[in-house]
Amino acid sequence: MRIERRLRQPWWLSVAVPVVSIAVAFLLTALVLLATGHPPLHSFRRLFDAAFVANGALSETVVSATPLVFTGLAAAVAFRMNLFNIGGEGQLYAGAITGATVGLLMAGAPSPLVVVGMIAAGAAGGAFLAAIPGILRAFFSTNEIITSLMLNYVVGVVLTYLIFDSHSYLRDTSGFEANVFPQGKTLPDEAAWSSWTINGLVLPLGFLLAVGVAVFVWALYTRTRFGFEVQVIGDSARAGRYAGMRTRRKILAVMCLSGGIAGVGGASQDGDFRHQLDPQGLQQANYGYGGIVIAALARYNPFAVLLVAFLLGGLQNAGFTLQGADFPAGLVGVMQGLILFCALGGELFVRYRVRFDRSPRTVKTAAPEPAP
Amino acid sequence: MQPAVALRGITKRFPAVLANDQVDFEAALGEVHALLGENGAGKTTLSNILTGLYRPDEGEIVLFGRPAEFHSPRDAIDAGVAMVHQHFRLVVPFTVAENVVLGDHRDVGRTFLLHPRAIERRVEELSRRYGLAVDPRARIWQLSVGEQQRVEILKALYQDARILILDEPTAVLTPQEAGELFETMRAMAADGRTVIFISHKLHEVKAVADRVTVLRRGRSVVTVSTAEATPRSLAALMVGREIELGRRQESAGEVGESVLDLEGVGAQGDRGSAAVKGVSFSVRSGEIVAVAGVAGNGQRELAETIAGIRPRTSGTIRVSGRLLSGADPRAAIRARVGYVPEDRLGTGVAPGLSVANNIVLKAYRRPPVSRGPLLRFREIRDRARRLMHQYDVRAPGSHVPAWHLSGGNLQKVVLAREFSGTPAVLVAASPTRGLDVAGIETVHAYLREAAASGVGVLLISEDLDEILALADRIVVMFEGSVSGERDAATATADDLGLLMAGGE
Repeated sequence: MRIERRLRQPWWLSVAVPVVSIAVAFLLTALVLLATGHPPLHSFRRLFDAAFVANGALSETVVSATPLVFTGLAAAVAFRMNLFNIGGEGQLYAGAITGATVGLLMAGAPSPLVVVGMIAAGAAGGAFLAAIPGILRAFFSTNEIITSLMLNYVVGVVLTYLIFDSHSYLRDTSGFEANVFPQGKTLPDEAAWSSWTINGLVLPLGFLLAVGVAVFVWALYTRTRFGFEVQVIGDSARAGRYAGMRTRRKILAVMCLSGGIAGVGGASQDGDFRHQLDPQGLQQANYGYGGIVIAALARYNPFAVLLVAFLLGGLQNAGFTLQGADFPAGLVGVMQGLILFCALGGELFVRYRVRFDRSPRTVKTAAPEPAP
Repeated sequence: MQPAVALRGITKRFPAVLANDQVDFEAALGEVHALLGENGAGKTTLSNILTGLYRPDEGEIVLFGRPAEFHSPRDAIDAGVAMVHQHFRLVVPFTVAENVVLGDHRDVGRTFLLHPRAIERRVEELSRRYGLAVDPRARIWQLSVGEQQRVEILKALYQDARILILDEPTAVLTPQEAGELFETMRAMAADGRTVIFISHKLHEVKAVADRVTVLRRGRSVVTVSTAEATPRSLAALMVGREIELGRRQESAGEVGESVLDLEGVGAQGDRGSAAVKGVSFSVRSGEIVAVAGVAGNGQRELAETIAGIRPRTSGTIRVSGRLLSGADPRAAIRARVGYVPEDRLGTGVAPGLSVANNIVLKAYRRPPVSRGPLLRFREIRDRARRLMHQYDVRAPGSHVPAWHLSGGNLQKVVLAREFSGTPAVLVAASPTRGLDVAGIETVHAYLREAAASGVGVLLISEDLDEILALADRIVVMFEGSVSGERDAATATADDLGLLMAGGE
């Protein structure tokens, strides 16, 4: 038995491998459930029910999935160019800060104008933050993984400071209670993003926007000159430079695009769901890091990001619903971990194949260039 | 006489490739034995088996009459087999002496503390004995390529290697340095060591080896004494058919206006020191001008400067009479400067992208390949198919990733792309490096064809045979400057070799 590199990757593999990986993950989770005294099939049914079937479950799943789609796309956009923007977390915070600020400042203006303003502000906030590691990478060759990651903590502290440690414009300082339990100012009604209900399924504006961004990213990366350049530079920066591409500008553009998408995700948190700047909620959710996982599972494909974010969003939502004495919240975390582990392990089978050799004599062929 | 090393029935398979097929090989004590073959003939695989890097699927290795089994390179070194690789395995910031004891586990390397004086004395002794002049206290980065090679040989001798394998050692040397290396090889053989000399240069094999084993397509074809062989007979054995040995044909093109003019061009190397110093020459349309020189004398930097990839520190470049702005590859492309880079996979093509995408690597900006910001896939596919057919690129399709292609086919993709851009000037940097004889013939034919159609070709090469076979004029570079310019019709290898070594 030996493992060898595949010369070609048949198309069905990119479907079969993730499906089998997830099945294996469920199998392993079943073992964990058995070991902890939960009947696996029953638990899975409850999980599935709470995520996708129960009354209002699907709408809740969409709520959980929306920010993950944004951060997943943000990560995928950058990773495609081998640009490892780990700063989706901070860029989302930045978008939430700028989005909430504009939402408050524009109080009284017509609602559509306020919403558009918040989206633009969110995108700008995220893009600005991503531009910092972008510039450092493009012009000073610093490692964007470190710089973007570290900025997450910086923005996290700023976020906390704005509400907990200062009397900033964003903090609610109206009453006694608000001074004891600090929280963000409630956004005006004009700044509430609308949503649409179809057959009881609530689709917030943020989610539809996220789907739109996925389509845009797909078209940008597969149909345009910009996408072609990103592909070339991602594969070999030297080849890109050789072909006359402006690699530095492209690094900066892709970082800003990535940060901008995460930033809109932050604004959507303000406008769609939280209606105030909510440092604790945002920092507990780890949307940015979740997005990295999603992008990896989706193999950087924007439509797969939608699907994976939806599934993981469902799992998360079910975790919230079910957690209690009989269903430890940690189990959902265990399951997420197992899915990630199996999916990334499954990658091996996309790139390599295992061969069982009984009669090695049959492989005699003329000898071209030997493999190293 | 008992052979020092004998390989019997060696077979080694890789996925879909049979690299060595029942290879027999014997070399005697005190012999210089050449291993001759095209790229892909199995020379490297065989030497990797002999140095313990690979294990053979079948066959046996017999050293000094005793069967040997190598589980790792360490075992091979202990058995007295050492290899001087084409790409040196040296630690650049270390001194010569430090590199020499690296990996030694019998003597000094075994103790916790090193004794630099003792090592240096031993190194000096070895270099005197075999004519390997190098200062043991010098650091590797201070040494020329030829000196670095000597360090590699010293390393092998220090480990007391009885069998030395030299993998294409002359590829990076001037003719003079090669001559010195041959003397060292003879001295080592005279001392009772066995030297296995891997090469595909026929006259070198003839000059230094006692016997030669020819490999072809993974099989050992024959072992002959070099006294009985002629370059022509060896070439035929190597390729399996009669080939035309490189001879310059009269240039077919009408030599016209000057299309590339360099005037005092200077540029920095990767380490920030001046790599190109005040280079001036010109190339006329329909003419092949070769830049000769030992690797690392500024040729690569010069090519990159002309292509706009490397910033210029001084001087001017004119293409078709118009000034070229510096450090802008796009401006060079627009001025119709074609560039075949030395580094094919990684610069010349993006390895992970399809052949089709690589073919439009430069054309994607303009119609008809793109319209506005959008790409036109049908056009890309059609163009790729047309050019692949025209240039005989052998690949399963235009959609396969470029890394899938062999070196020769990859070079055809690069040439197809550069020629399809209708260049005024074509800069080709080592365009045949790593190609087999058939691939080299093809590339040479395309370069001649380009010149015949009125392109000014600037060929940068370290291979004098190639230069003499192709060029109309020869510019020799040494340490970043032009050390001489010769008409190819009257130039001799000796004369050029002298210029390449900086002497005049």
